[in-house]
Amino acid sequence: MGQVVVETKNLTKTYDGFTAVDGLNLHIEEGEIFGFLGPNGAGKTTTILMLLGLTEPSSGTAQVCGYNSTREPLKVKRIVGYLPERVGFYEDLTPKQNLRYTAELNNLPREEAEKRIGDLLAAVGLSGVADQELSKLSRGMKQRLGIADIWVKEPKLAFLDEPTSGIDPEGIDDILKLIVSMAKRRITVIFCSHQLYQVQKICTRVGILAKGHLVAEGPIDRLGRKTIGGGRYHIEAQVAQSDPKLIDSIKRVKGVKEVQASGDLLLISCDKDLRGQIAKLIVDSGSLLVGMKVEEYSLERIYKKYSREA
Amino acid sequence: MYAVFRKELADHFNSIRFVILFILVLLAAVFATYITIQSIRGAVTPTTEFVFLKIFTTSGETLPSFLFFLSLFIPIIGIAFGFDAINSERTSGNLSRLLSQPIYRDAVINGKFLAGLAVLSIMIVSVVAIAAGLGLRIIGVPPSSEEVLRLIVFALMSMVYGAFWMALAVLFSVFFNRAATSMLASIALWIFLFFFMSMIAGAIANAQVPIDQNSSLAMLTKNAEIQGMVGRISPCTLYGEATAALLVPELGSLNPALMISTLAAGRMLTPLPFNQSLLLVWPQVVGIIALAAICFAISYIRFMREEIRSI
Repeated sequence: MGQVVVETKNLTKTYDGFTAVDGLNLHIEEGEIFGFLGPNGAGKTTTILMLLGLTEPSSGTAQVCGYNSTREPLKVKRIVGYLPERVGFYEDLTPKQNLRYTAELNNLPREEAEKRIGDLLAAVGLSGVADQELSKLSRGMKQRLGIADIWVKEPKLAFLDEPTSGIDPEGIDDILKLIVSMAKRRITVIFCSHQLYQVQKICTRVGILAKGHLVAEGPIDRLGRKTIGGGRYHIEAQVAQSDPKLIDSIKRVKGVKEVQASGDLLLISCDKDLRGQIAKLIVDSGSLLVGMKVEEYSLERIYKKYSREA
Repeated sequence: MYAVFRKELADHFNSIRFVILFILVLLAAVFATYITIQSIRGAVTPTTEFVFLKIFTTSGETLPSFLFFLSLFIPIIGIAFGFDAINSERTSGNLSRLLSQPIYRDAVINGKFLAGLAVLSIMIVSVVAIAAGLGLRIIGVPPSSEEVLRLIVFALMSMVYGAFWMALAVLFSVFFNRAATSMLASIALWIFLFFFMSMIAGAIANAQVPIDQNSSLAMLTKNAEIQGMVGRISPCTLYGEATAALLVPELGSLNPALMISTLAAGRMLTPLPFNQSLLLVWPQVVGIIALAAICFAISYIRFMREEIRSI
């Protein structure tokens, strides 16, 4: 068990009659990449703002590394980096000057700041444009600069609100890699995104928020097992004709949890990717194998299920 | 707060806005001084005591005085350095980043206001110094210590006046989300207070106490009194009166009614001593400081209490 970084207890926020966040209990430990999901208006940003101490909760408490966000916002802001959804920089300054300003606001000693800024710009791949005016940077570059900007203060916790929206696929890969390398340096990351595929790729744990409630929370495969049931892999095999004997023999394969037949489709749930063995069984039984598909738990299915329930 | 102050100051000095304004103000000042010096002979008699101050107050045949130019430009400078203080941060997406840094929220607004004030002060001091230097070079009469004192107080007064306009512009920048709106609002208010207020004051006075050529002295003073009272709602009037009393020591009173009766009685205008002039402008100074403080306080409170929902 690592150190607790984020802890909220019955965190609630009401905006004139409307409850944005309702009795939220979050518990996030050091080094996690926590995927914070939920439809627009579910209360994700409000939760982040409360954790940052920028908005006061109506009731309940929010703590970051043991500091109460509402009572000690400065201490919290010193160890938390926030990359807002529509991040902006000073357009008439260079990336380096922008980072320098952040370093100054964080009271970093000048020399250390210079070194750190140089290293970070190299890490996010912006060394080449470090002294160019910001208006010449592409959107992806600005987003990477945003990551460097929260990294300058070497936070313990980073909130990334939609860091990949509006960026080309290569740029997205770069950003995801940066997030993973952040987590490796023991920075806990809370990653808000609607790009479920990206979340599934890098997050160790997810929480799904709907209408201010945390409707699901946990590692993706545990959530998948709970919601979808069966094993980790779902194999869909299309055969010319299915017969009960074939189904029985597939059921006996080690690792297969469940087999269902619907028409000429066999839906097999198993722990491992057993396509090879299953294909062999089908062919050996004399039936024709028309097609085969394998699917891992997809976060999308989990997400849709929960957001529909809520 | 120091970091915010330094960054804003550097931004101001690098901005095109600063360069343009500075050139404009400088040209106006130099030009006005030059014209004044041309026509100063007519304004100075052997008995004139404060020759040096005349550089700033004498107007040419077609051109107004240096003082008038300055009273025109100070509000513009104040507005120019304040109108987008907060809303530009908001629209550019910088505010959320700034507020998530470990600084108190008021450091943002204080740092910005102080940086604007510093730039404004530098501009006023340098313009007054350049005009004074130019005047000294050309007329060759060195200022007396009292004249220097009066000029220093005049410069301080101008800074306070500029601070008021900046505070007003910052106030609009907190309330309006678009920089264009806050600028237009500030300029509109300035035009109203600067140009229309005196007309409104005159109209109200004439409606209350109609005067014509046959009016008695009592009617005239009554009319002037009302006009002065209404006009003083505008900080432009306050600044005009205060600077006039500072730079024209012969001005014995700021009460128009009293001046009319003094003139009517045929009394000579003798210059007031410095401390008496100070006493005379004190209410005006306090008025402008109070207005600036009110504007700043409202924007401060609004900015501090504003709940951040999504930024």
